[in-house]
Amino acid sequence: MAIVIAFLIVGGLGLILGIGLAVADKKLHVEKDEKLIELEEAMPGANCGGCGYAGCQAYAEAVFKGEAAPGLCSPGGNALAEKMGQILGVKVEAKEKMVAFVFCRGNRDTTKTEFVYSGIQDCNAASLLQGGPSACKEGCLHLGSCISVCPAGAISKTEDGNIVVDKEKCIGCGKCTTVCPNNVIKMVPYSAEYIVACNNHQNGAQVRKACQVGCIGCRICQVKVEGSPFKVENFLSVNDYSVPQDKAAEAAGLCPQKCIIRRS
Amino acid sequence: MSYIGILLTYVFIQNFILVQFMGLCPFIGVSKNTESAVGMGAAVTFVTAIASVVCWAVYEFLLAPFGLEYLRTIAFILVIAALVQLVEMVIRKMSPGLYKALGIYLPLITTNCAVLGIAIINIDNGYNLLESFTAGLAAGLGFTMAIILMSCIREKLDMTPVRRVFRGVPIAFISAGLMALAFMMFDKSLIANLGLV
Repeated sequence: MAIVIAFLIVGGLGLILGIGLAVADKKLHVEKDEKLIELEEAMPGANCGGCGYAGCQAYAEAVFKGEAAPGLCSPGGNALAEKMGQILGVKVEAKEKMVAFVFCRGNRDTTKTEFVYSGIQDCNAASLLQGGPSACKEGCLHLGSCISVCPAGAISKTEDGNIVVDKEKCIGCGKCTTVCPNNVIKMVPYSAEYIVACNNHQNGAQVRKACQVGCIGCRICQVKVEGSPFKVENFLSVNDYSVPQDKAAEAAGLCPQKCIIRRS
Repeated sequence: MSYIGILLTYVFIQNFILVQFMGLCPFIGVSKNTESAVGMGAAVTFVTAIASVVCWAVYEFLLAPFGLEYLRTIAFILVIAALVQLVEMVIRKMSPGLYKALGIYLPLITTNCAVLGIAIINIDNGYNLLESFTAGLAAGLGFTMAIILMSCIREKLDMTPVRRVFRGVPIAFISAGLMALAFMMFDKSLIANLGLV
């Protein structure tokens, strides 16, 4: 008899709760468009925020509503942009993947330091103090704030003390570009081969005083080679990737500071 | 014990996460940012408070009169699971963003031992209806406080250079351990001295 009562009570409890849930499910049902569900499933789910939205779901919703263009997602790249276009039935232009690059090759051997910094090991904290310990006020501070924010673990410090981005691991979210106080990290095309690894806009004499591998704005890379993609503005040479790159190797070889580096 | 005494006991002295080490799964899983931590805390508080009352009623009116006290674990789990399902539906309807952020941890409140824990503690201590509700609410508030503190710490940790091997969950567990040490200072003598026993 006891077992029947136990069965009835627990069974009855389950039945009542089950019916209650079934009713609640009907009342609280959420309608979702199939295209939106498809879009959400196509997202990489990294929630990196590189597209400018709160996360993958928010971006998918914005695309679905037509507020955002497909193809803003760097981790998803062209494959995702194409897929989103297919789902929504629109054409999407292919864009090259952008990856982060540290525009500085200075380290403790090549760049002078003005003082010893022993505060919080964070670039933004160091930057508040006279622009950081390095004599170059626009270069890398080597404290690795970008390493901490990188969601993909693509940024690392080499033995020489330089910060480098692994372009294979980089998902192009751009978080490191915003955290860097000196804006040394910028986005470059994935295929970019020759890059002027300097961010210093001071004139040649001042750069030479601070750093052995800084761009002095001598314009050799721009003037000596015809059809060179390099252009010097504000004493800093910049590679224009929209120009054909076939002369870049020749121009890079002429750089007296050896600051145009080849990225493998 | 007075109601304020019960409240203080389960928020501080017997804090479910930092003293009794119950419900660590969502504590680590959903404490990455404060917004979802607040959502998770609110969901758990709601479930513990309501589950305490419903479980107390189920025990007093269904199980105890028929001598079925030995079935309390399974009956409580049944009630808690149904409640969590309900909370999940409500959150999905009200706040899809929060629903996404909580992810798998929302249905996992079902198996959050803090919820079953407070239901059983209520029965073991012989609390009445209102005392059970207070204890459930306090357990949820204690959980919310702990998870919000943790999320604030983890947001700060994200910006500090942590050794690669410690990054993420390991450093979170170390922080949780230090927080648990800090919570050892809350002692039964606290409410005894306040005359709330």
